[in-house]
Amino acid sequence: MVAATHTLHGDEDLAQSEAVVVRFAGDSGDGMQLTGGQFTLSTALAGNDLATFPDFPAEIRAPQGTTFGVSAFQINFGSAAIETAGDQPDVLVAMNPAALKVNVEALREGGLIIADSGEFSKRNLAKAGYEVNPLEDGSLARWQLLAFDISARTLEAVKDFGLSNKEALRSKNMWTLGLALWMFDRDRQPIIDWLKTKFAKKPEIAEANIAALNAGHAYGETAEIGGHVKQQHIAPAPAEPGLYRTVTGAESLAVGLVAGARLAGLPMFFGSYPITPASPLLHHLSRLKEFGITTFQAEDEIAAICAALGASYAGSLGVTSSSGPGIALKTEAIGLAVMTELPLVIVNSQRGGPSTGLPTKTEQSDLYQAVYGRNGDAPLPVIAAASPADAFDCAIEACRIATRYMTPVMLLTDGYIANAAEPWKVPDMGEYAEFPVEFATAPEGDFTVKPYARNEDGARPWIKPGTPGLEHRIGGIEKAPETGDIDYSPKAHSLMTAQRAEKIANVADSIPDQDVCLGENGGKLAIVGWGSTFGPIHQAVRRARKQGMDVAHIHIRHIWPFPKNLGDLLRSYDRIIVPEMNMGQLKTMLRDQFLVDAQPLNKVSGQPFRIAELEKAIVEALS
Amino acid sequence: MNEVTKLTAKDWASDQEVRWCPGCGDYAVLKAVQRTMPELAESLEKTVFISGIGCSSRFPYYMASYGFHTIHGRAAAIATGVKLANPELDVWIITGDGDALSIGGNHTMHLLRRNLDCQLLLFNNEIYGLTKGQYSPTSRIGTRSPSTPFGSVDRPALPAAFALGAGARFIARGIDVNKKLTDVLKAGHAHRGAAFIEIYQNCIVYNDEVFAPFTDRKVASEKQLWLEAGEKMLFADGEKGIAYDASTNALKVVSGDSEEVLVHDPKNRSMALMLAEMPADIFPVALGILYEDPAPTFDSAVVEQNRSVAEGKNADLQALVAKGQSWQVTKEPREV
Ligand code: SF4
Repeated sequence: MVAATHTLHGDEDLAQSEAVVVRFAGDSGDGMQLTGGQFTLSTALAGNDLATFPDFPAEIRAPQGTTFGVSAFQINFGSAAIETAGDQPDVLVAMNPAALKVNVEALREGGLIIADSGEFSKRNLAKAGYEVNPLEDGSLARWQLLAFDISARTLEAVKDFGLSNKEALRSKNMWTLGLALWMFDRDRQPIIDWLKTKFAKKPEIAEANIAALNAGHAYGETAEIGGHVKQQHIAPAPAEPGLYRTVTGAESLAVGLVAGARLAGLPMFFGSYPITPASPLLHHLSRLKEFGITTFQAEDEIAAICAALGASYAGSLGVTSSSGPGIALKTEAIGLAVMTELPLVIVNSQRGGPSTGLPTKTEQSDLYQAVYGRNGDAPLPVIAAASPADAFDCAIEACRIATRYMTPVMLLTDGYIANAAEPWKVPDMGEYAEFPVEFATAPEGDFTVKPYARNEDGARPWIKPGTPGLEHRIGGIEKAPETGDIDYSPKAHSLMTAQRAEKIANVADSIPDQDVCLGENGGKLAIVGWGSTFGPIHQAVRRARKQGMDVAHIHIRHIWPFPKNLGDLLRSYDRIIVPEMNMGQLKTMLRDQFLVDAQPLNKVSGQPFRIAELEKAIVEALS
Repeated sequence: MNEVTKLTAKDWASDQEVRWCPGCGDYAVLKAVQRTMPELAESLEKTVFISGIGCSSRFPYYMASYGFHTIHGRAAAIATGVKLANPELDVWIITGDGDALSIGGNHTMHLLRRNLDCQLLLFNNEIYGLTKGQYSPTSRIGTRSPSTPFGSVDRPALPAAFALGAGARFIARGIDVNKKLTDVLKAGHAHRGAAFIEIYQNCIVYNDEVFAPFTDRKVASEKQLWLEAGEKMLFADGEKGIAYDASTNALKVVSGDSEEVLVHDPKNRSMALMLAEMPADIFPVALGILYEDPAPTFDSAVVEQNRSVAEGKNADLQALVAKGQSWQVTKEPREV
């Protein structure tokens, strides 16, 4: 966490130096995501708490060496709780001039730059827009600079493996990783094991990569590095006893959905269409067939949700997933799910919008779309995940609500949560309450089939086709209460509209009251957030409170319906600030629902909030 | 149910009031389906009729089985989910020319390509009825309608050729009021895979008589070629036949007693295309089963892969959540 931004100086007190932020940056072809991912793994195995932020370009293969082809991976790890990927890197690994150019300004003053001088050729400098070599003109004096020819050293390390020059240079990332592992006293073995499995069919590539990794490590060890760079040991973070693993949002969502279907006692049908950044969910689930999961890559977004809805109609738990533009295409079918009152989970991994927007950057600007974005009065429950680990519980909660209330549920996550990794205490599945679904069966004797009769929650029965005696017809056209027969009389429409709304409002009866996750109930200032802004808000509030400020953090998971006590809770503060990665959508909803003076704090740059930005807002509000 | 009682056409009719315009061809198709169903299923519960939007898409409400009236163009996509979730169900898709070939063209194409086991009944009336008479993707050039007051100028789609191009393995045609429609329905039902059945359906209000040039009783014999597998392609009471002209690589009309008259082989895909595309001025309209060549179905392939991949694997949820490289923390948390 942030507290830790001064690690390498050693001039801060110990608690402040127990975390460090490293940013690996290179060309998209340099394997920076892989390097970051493996460094994350070794860091997690060393027992540090961590958070990561993969930041990659929208282009698959942007022209080499250009600034828009730069791919970066940031990790914040430490011996205390880590909530964000860190405001400012302490260490920047720049594999080429473009990577330096794009990332150096974010580096903490006095931080360390490790640059591959072998890539700072005239041509590459020109591509990055440098007229003079920054490694030589003193323009990097604000930072510590360590430049050496990583390319040449990598070639040297792998020369015995008979690889072409191009192939050999691919091991550069492993050389760099080796150096990073040395700097932070990390074990190389898990990565060696991983390389052996990954390249099982090409042992010479595996060996070359291992040699590069070892060479990078040895380079640090033999103190070829001059001066200021010392080996750092970051002690393990305190954590509840138990089994831990690292998890990305896409992974935890996938297993959360599997768990949700299991707790409901249903097979799952997952219909999806490839879209950034939602596709990893499809990839994960398509490998889990033994859990009773059918995945279907549809011809388009509309077919994906329609097939999922068809599967729900036939008695599976239908799930579909996309990002904003795809959700827009699914909208009409979401309306059909609302109208026919069938369970359905819709996952939106939000990205910057509108339209194609920023496919690989994060934003939380689909809140209006989730809550209001349909024709007609079509309310549905909306839940938002706060972090990769939280996505697991949110997925289970979405399955519970969808099946209990016979309704589509929108589950919001975002590109940041989907791709970022964090340690996760492996849950004990025995501790989760089951919510088994009971399908309707025909009673004895004479009866009328009433597919739109309602229980005490306001939910209708789930009748699977194939059930003898309960044959009936449903559809998107307005219907009579109880029988569901076509009926678009004014009376039927008013009544059914009210029943659908009431049912969704009833969801508030089975969700927890809103809590204050940091600070007191009531006071001078509440910072109210939702989704992936949890980390930076939490840290900013924590810091402000340490300085004695009267500020609380409220994080809302259930966005529609809101928890019943939320209005009273909000009114117990003098001021409310709502930081959002959009132009103020939750802020408007809170004003509308509770008539409170919620003030916006907006960021739409495609980058997560920095803790410092939020801290500043808190200080200003309270001074 | 203790004894198996055979259902009747009446048992397949729901209690809902049928609301098509009097004289609409849809009535005849509904009757034909209700009449045929008792021969295809012993009970109601395993059958599902799924429709999109349009006049014909009201159809499921009038059947006593399960039914889902969905949204415009999406019946094929919804049906795909229904069938994959429960392959035991007998899935019928009810759609129209606008629903299946315009707004839902993409889903129709992919349903046929994947070969989902189902019957797709395309009610082709060459017009948008429910929205009051605009021209449709199957309307002939020059069709005057509220949206084309000076006649339509775009070339129509030919449903059977579209289906063939999409990879359908069963393509048939029937006429709303023609008795042979029931044979076509039965054959479509017997076919394992997507059965594409185009039904020429008269819209008495907005496009009356548009098919009269071949459906009218007076010309029926001359203008209808009912295909039978293994039988000669004869029409006009056997006086005329269809033959292949190698010099032009096209079909031609010959005398019924000519040696050249072709024998219908439903597996012949190139011939199916030629039959589907026969120009209406010189040729009769090919009806019955134009093409049938079964292939493995999508639903059976999905079920089989799900089964074989899962075989021998333990669906242990606790193991799944703990998967990947993990580590144990033993110490109690220390205060920071
Ligand atoms: S508009 Fe045409 S197709 Fe529609 S119900 Fe009336 S006659 Fe039938």
